[in-house]
Amino acid sequence: MKIIIKNGSERPLYQQIKDQIKGAILRQELKEGEKLPSIRSLANDLHVSVLTTKRVYEELEKEGFIITIVGKGSFVASENMEMLSEFKRHLVEKKLSEVWQMARTLGINKEELYSMMDIIFEEDDE
Amino acid sequence: MKAVLEVNNLKKELGSFSLEQLTFSLKEGCITGFIGVNGSGKTTTIKTILGLYPKDNGSIKFFGKEMKKNECEIKNRIGVVLDEGYFYEEMTLKEMKSIIAPAYTNWDESVFLNYINRFNLKLDQKIATLSKGMRMKFAITLALSHHADLLIMDEPTSGLDPLIRNELMEILLDFMEEEGKSVFFSTHITSDLEKVADMLILIDNGKIVFNESKDELLERHALIKGDNRLINEHSTKLFLRLRQTPFGFEGITNKVDQVREQMKDIIIERPTIEDVMLAYVKEG
Repeated sequence: MKIIIKNGSERPLYQQIKDQIKGAILRQELKEGEKLPSIRSLANDLHVSVLTTKRVYEELEKEGFIITIVGKGSFVASENMEMLSEFKRHLVEKKLSEVWQMARTLGINKEELYSMMDIIFEEDDE
Repeated sequence: MKAVLEVNNLKKELGSFSLEQLTFSLKEGCITGFIGVNGSGKTTTIKTILGLYPKDNGSIKFFGKEMKKNECEIKNRIGVVLDEGYFYEEMTLKEMKSIIAPAYTNWDESVFLNYINRFNLKLDQKIATLSKGMRMKFAITLALSHHADLLIMDEPTSGLDPLIRNELMEILLDFMEEEGKSVFFSTHITSDLEKVADMLILIDNGKIVFNESKDELLERHALIKGDNRLINEHSTKLFLRLRQTPFGFEGITNKVDQVREQMKDIIIERPTIEDVMLAYVKEG
């Protein structure tokens, strides 16, 4: 799993770390049942406070991504298919709305946009 | 997280200096950095909580217990490294150890020898011949050889070169790997804390200024740079500390959102612990 922290960012550290772990779980780089590093070792490696990593794990647990077993550690929760597909759809929708905004400002209409999509799909199929 | 040390309304007068109504606590599992400029009260605080100076007033509880009634139990769970070694110069390391070890019921000779090897210390060497770095390593070895849960150190890094300071930070992180361990150490070299501290306590002129998670503290503040034209009567108030040169200004703010909103074309950077500390310390 890759976690990169941007120091000058407006986004708080815990948010940056949480999003990247969440991403790794959703992309299934971290598999169901896989053990996550302890809050201390994650904090040491990322040079952040153990209070920050603690908060990250607490929030991930609340959102159902991981489970923590006292004395054993934290693990990736068993896969929630609904959550996963919802998240994937959300990602694509976000990109598409950016594309739509851009097309509109550049004066490209709906039909043109559709045919572009068709071409991309066809190229990909070949 | 449980508190390993709770200090409430601690008062201590020492000549013309005094600690006033000191209240703070240390969380279990955290490395807490105790920062402040020289003469701010760091050493007095540490010596008073350890009972080396009698307190005038207030309460000090380690692991939820009063030191007075549970001195033996508490001292067994604390490892201490003080600024001025407190070693007998003419003794060898081995002799010094044989004086210290019996003071602890849970002294572990194998842990001791482990550290001695790890730090390349020689047991038959005289303490007087140790370099500053070696002396610190020996002090840490003595402090960690009885399975202490809380390590308290007063300026352990002062006078050490960056390489050894870095090594010490690694030792602390190793120590923290085990669950339930905590570290409290004072320093005026705040760069040591950037990497390892979880919590920061700032003391200035005998008073606690803040006691906060390091990451939150640094996120709450920002280092702002920009053109002097942006500085006026109103915008000055957004800064805790502001420095202007003919080329522009540089300031520390704790009103990051307001600054972002009201000032254009500025550079916003993450401050260092030192930047934040200096913003709160009163000069003179």
